[in-house]
Amino acid sequence: MLKTFKMGGVHPEENKFAENSRIETIDAPELMYVMLNQNLGAPSVAIVKKGDTVKTGQLIAKGEVFISANVHSPVSGTVEKIDSWTDASGYRKPVIIIKKEGDVWDDGIDTSDSLVKEISASKEEIVELVKASGIVGLGGATFPTHVKLMVPQGKKAEYLIINAVECEPYLTADHRVMLEKGHEVMVGIQVLMKALDVSKALVGIENNKPEAISHLTKIASSYPGITVQGLKVKYPQGAEKQLIKALINREVPSGKLPIEVGCVVQNVGTALAVYEAVQKRKPLIERVVTVTGKNVKKPSNFMVRVGTPISLLLEKAGGIPDGTGKIVNGGPMMGKAIPNTDIPVTKGTSGILLMTNKEAARVKEYNCIRCGRCTTVCPMGLEPFLLGLAGENLNWEIAEKERSMDCIECGSCQYTCPSGRPLLDNIRLCKLKVGQIIRNRNK
Amino acid sequence: MDPILIAVIVLGGVALVFAAIIFGVEKKFIVVEDPRIDLVTEKLPGANCGGCGFAGCRNFAEAIVKNESLDGLFCPVGGNTTSAEVAKVMGLVAEEKVPQVAVVRCQGSFANSPAKTVFEGVSSCAYAHMLYSGPGGCPNGCLGLGDCVASCAFDAMYLDKETGLPVVLEDNCVACGACVKACPRSIIELRDKGPKSKRIYVSCVNTEKGALAKKNCVVACIGCGKCVKACPHDAITLENNLAYIHFDKCKLCRKCVIECPTEAILEINFPARKVVEAPKINEENITQ
Repeated sequence: MLKTFKMGGVHPEENKFAENSRIETIDAPELMYVMLNQNLGAPSVAIVKKGDTVKTGQLIAKGEVFISANVHSPVSGTVEKIDSWTDASGYRKPVIIIKKEGDVWDDGIDTSDSLVKEISASKEEIVELVKASGIVGLGGATFPTHVKLMVPQGKKAEYLIINAVECEPYLTADHRVMLEKGHEVMVGIQVLMKALDVSKALVGIENNKPEAISHLTKIASSYPGITVQGLKVKYPQGAEKQLIKALINREVPSGKLPIEVGCVVQNVGTALAVYEAVQKRKPLIERVVTVTGKNVKKPSNFMVRVGTPISLLLEKAGGIPDGTGKIVNGGPMMGKAIPNTDIPVTKGTSGILLMTNKEAARVKEYNCIRCGRCTTVCPMGLEPFLLGLAGENLNWEIAEKERSMDCIECGSCQYTCPSGRPLLDNIRLCKLKVGQIIRNRNK
Repeated sequence: MDPILIAVIVLGGVALVFAAIIFGVEKKFIVVEDPRIDLVTEKLPGANCGGCGFAGCRNFAEAIVKNESLDGLFCPVGGNTTSAEVAKVMGLVAEEKVPQVAVVRCQGSFANSPAKTVFEGVSSCAYAHMLYSGPGGCPNGCLGLGDCVASCAFDAMYLDKETGLPVVLEDNCVACGACVKACPRSIIELRDKGPKSKRIYVSCVNTEKGALAKKNCVVACIGCGKCVKACPHDAITLENNLAYIHFDKCKLCRKCVIECPTEAILEINFPARKVVEAPKINEENITQ
């Protein structure tokens, strides 16, 4: 019997169309749009001016506060403009537009493919390098990684958990990374283990990726301390708290971080980025993005430089098919529809999903029949129908009392609702309002 | 003994005992309340709309009696009449306030700011505001989902189906400010009603640079500053590519209205002009 988390969860159609397409590198286009708000927390501050010449991998924007991250130039060339550009949030945000000229890398970056196994950096140096390289959580939440590596005083990390679950349907970026960059990922995990001073690392992979499990299990034998664990396929297993529950059967208390139960969770893509930053001195300027969908001609996994417009990726995947209803940034469960295709790839772009008109259409909404399915599938043990009603009736007191802030917005409730009620929409509204109320109260 | 008599005696005795307890409790735990609170509450409209900043009319009355003054306390629903009546009860003199009305500062109708995207989520401006900039692409403009209309307790607002914008019914609006708070984009503002309800205001809140603003909406304020120069009373200021007319300084001369190249400045309840000049858009004036 495979491990999984106990409470709730759903199993949507997997549709992993791109799982057998090898990672393809896309050359950077003429103009690159490097957003300055690519991480959770404070946006980075540009340190280059219009007309400056930059090299690939050169620092162009600095994260100035604790929870923020550096941004590096993905190409070499000149800074065309510092302007604003629409990003996946649907609003215009500050951007550095770089015109590509050649591909000259910044000094000290090892661009060779050779595997560097020996970890020469010390614990402090690793954290410093991760911070300098602007690494953020590549699973999609883009939380600055160096913050996670600094364990608060009085707490002790026991396990490093590597999130290779990829529970979102359609997405295959992490899957391909594990198959094609397995050794790099393993060294990255060892680097992270050294930084956190832990001896045990667990890699959680869902059972729908048997090649990845067998491949990593095979090579893990030469890396001490790393265990690969297959997990039962269940959404949202890739959520931090659910993954910890599934792997080591510990429960993170409400409103607390995983370090509370002695865990640090990192995405498998982040492990690769950490390997490149620490062993190769290469900052985070590219990532793997899945472009997929039911009608997409060539579902693919691309290695793209951060700042490439999404339109280029769609072109490489065979263009936008007829009858596309929505283009979603991320997976079908948690992703968000984007308003246009000029939006650039950021550090948090894990996939671009082209939904057909039929998939994208909302179902007709009926009254709640109190069947309780949403409550059964909620992985956080909430009562989504109640929160949904609270949002509909603008009753923020009930929303707060019923723990709307614990919702991880996985969308299982809305997915399973037979009445087609917009439960997650209303819960998000609850979270927004309750968050405001709590902030005002603590002021 | 006659059973009826027993019943009367027993019940009468019980009643007396309880009466004594109630009497005692009332004497012991009496809440001394200023009788003026009730008198003031009677004079208030009783709408409990929260426009005064208190939860309800009684809380407002309590505040007045506690402060012994009307400073900063004003019932927008009752207006000056109520203020005067309350002042009479309190033995104070009420300060005359200029009546105000809610104003929707956006003209991004379906025609002026054509939709580029379709929103299918929950019909709530607060939610849509969190998700994206809006169907027309303006990050400051009206989302047209009616949070303001839902918040209005006086039937003073409705959503115009033709334009997709909320409309304020002047006669019903009491300037309680509920819609101002409900709008996530601060589009609605309370402005002085003006003599004979005549008002002039910039009907745009977009702070983007001119070219960008114009791209999404033909009637956007582009921050060209023509109105600032045209104003003889220094009533217009330009900040963040957006002009704002200060209603306390505006003398309603209407000079700015003709100057505006995008027709972003509106004049309300004025008689029609004799010569209507078609405003020209000069591309050079758009700040890049």
